[in-house]
Amino acid sequence: MSGISRRRFLAASVAGCAATTLAGTKKALASGSFSGYPEGMGVLVDLTRCVGCRSCEAACNKEQQLPAPELPFDDKSVFDQTFHDGKQLRRPDENAYTVVNRYQPASSDQPVYRKVQCNHCSEPACLTSCFVNAYTKTKEGAVIYNSKVCVGCRNCMIACPFHIPGYSYSSAFDPVVKKCIFCHETRLKNGLPPACVEICPQEALTFGKRKELLKIGNNRIQTHPGRYVNRIYGEKELGGTSWMYLSPVPFSEVGFDPNPGNDPIINQVKDFLGTVPMVLAIWPAMFAGFHLLAKKHDGHEGHDQTADKTPGDEGDEQ
Amino acid sequence: MNAKLFGVTLIMAVSILATGSLSLAGDMPEQVSLDTMVKYFSGVKFDHAMHTELGEDCSRCHHHTTGTGTTDSRCVSCHADSDGVANVACRDCHVVDPFSAEHLNQKALSRYQFHIDKPGLKAVYHWNCVGCHETMSGPTGCQTCHTRTPDGDAFFHADASPVDTNWVKQLFDLK
Ligand code: SF4
Ligand code: SF4
Repeated sequence: MSGISRRRFLAASVAGCAATTLAGTKKALASGSFSGYPEGMGVLVDLTRCVGCRSCEAACNKEQQLPAPELPFDDKSVFDQTFHDGKQLRRPDENAYTVVNRYQPASSDQPVYRKVQCNHCSEPACLTSCFVNAYTKTKEGAVIYNSKVCVGCRNCMIACPFHIPGYSYSSAFDPVVKKCIFCHETRLKNGLPPACVEICPQEALTFGKRKELLKIGNNRIQTHPGRYVNRIYGEKELGGTSWMYLSPVPFSEVGFDPNPGNDPIINQVKDFLGTVPMVLAIWPAMFAGFHLLAKKHDGHEGHDQTADKTPGDEGDEQ
Repeated sequence: MNAKLFGVTLIMAVSILATGSLSLAGDMPEQVSLDTMVKYFSGVKFDHAMHTELGEDCSRCHHHTTGTGTTDSRCVSCHADSDGVANVACRDCHVVDPFSAEHLNQKALSRYQFHIDKPGLKAVYHWNCVGCHETMSGPTGCQTCHTRTPDGDAFFHADASPVDTNWVKQLFDLK
């Protein structure tokens, strides 16, 4: 499913409920003019510099204490891996918060490598789609999450225009979202660059204040005529992102949606989000009702609530 | 005639001495140890003498800081007449940690607009060496210049191999 159709799905899944939207719930979401914290940090990814060494993947794995990879991080065969009938390259998941992919653009005879990770949107769709407020956009620029409150509904996976959040199913009872957090806990909030930036041998990743990175990006485009297409992807796209990109070829040739629009996803799913407080208000009552019904049922049978229940009994009740 | 030529030579010699910083052959290091960031890869013993014979002019690596000066159009607008400087090693200007808070703050205060994007030491080594090696057919692989350390092997998970999931299939086949 493409990003667009996912979003349409979100918007559509709501249309049915729109009539029941509670008055006043949209007010809190009308934050269209927020453009990130002015002093927030970011990373400028220069695709002309990346050589596809995958050191950044290795550094992320170590920093975030992720599981050992299936293949060594210097194994280039991963660039040949494709999914969905060759239409999709590798994506970040719960075991790898970043992956590097190789593209062979039509307009170049050289391959172009692109590191993929959370772009730390100024107005993150994951954050606005989360009805338990698990996500936070920090003043340093990172989009982080609190896995303790995540209920595993996977709204954020559907909402993210970059297909970033992954899910950990290591515990069936505690599914939690997993994604790049800009090394917020271990580095960013202590004034250090993320591990991937620090390891990169090519300085393909430039870390700095987002507003400075825009100056640097424009400076590179101006002083190297012909090296870049005249665009900093993420400057305005989808309301702006903290991670931004310079490319030697049109962005559509290296896996970007060339026209995502400049509106943050929040504007496209506001109707849906308006129903969320209603869900929150109704669900507890609903489940309390189920619980009471179940109890009443048990009472008729004369059973004790839990003491002599067997797994078989539970199955019968469902 | 001879006196005139002598005069010109003398003036040139004096002006070179007066700048006092143009590195003459005598000051040049034979070898440079590139080992300030050794962790996952061992250091590089850079044969400076051999490379100076290969390169036509110092500015290929040293910008405007020594030798023949620069012809790079992005530099000459300010540095066409710049004198050489005392410190000409890469690490004298390009720092090991270009993204430390300290360095970023310092950069924000810089009045030199053209230097807001000065790359770090690791990047310039790789750009300069690999960039030139690509056109001159020199070595370009990671370990052709610096071997990986045991820490590096662990970092890249050199021993990783796909997990054998056959037992799962067998388990389900049995059913
Ligand atoms: S890229 Fe996706 S996961 Fe990251 S902040 Fe934006 S919407 Fe959220
Ligand atoms: S470490 Fe740098 S050069 Fe290597 S793959 Fe990552 S971004 Fe590209």
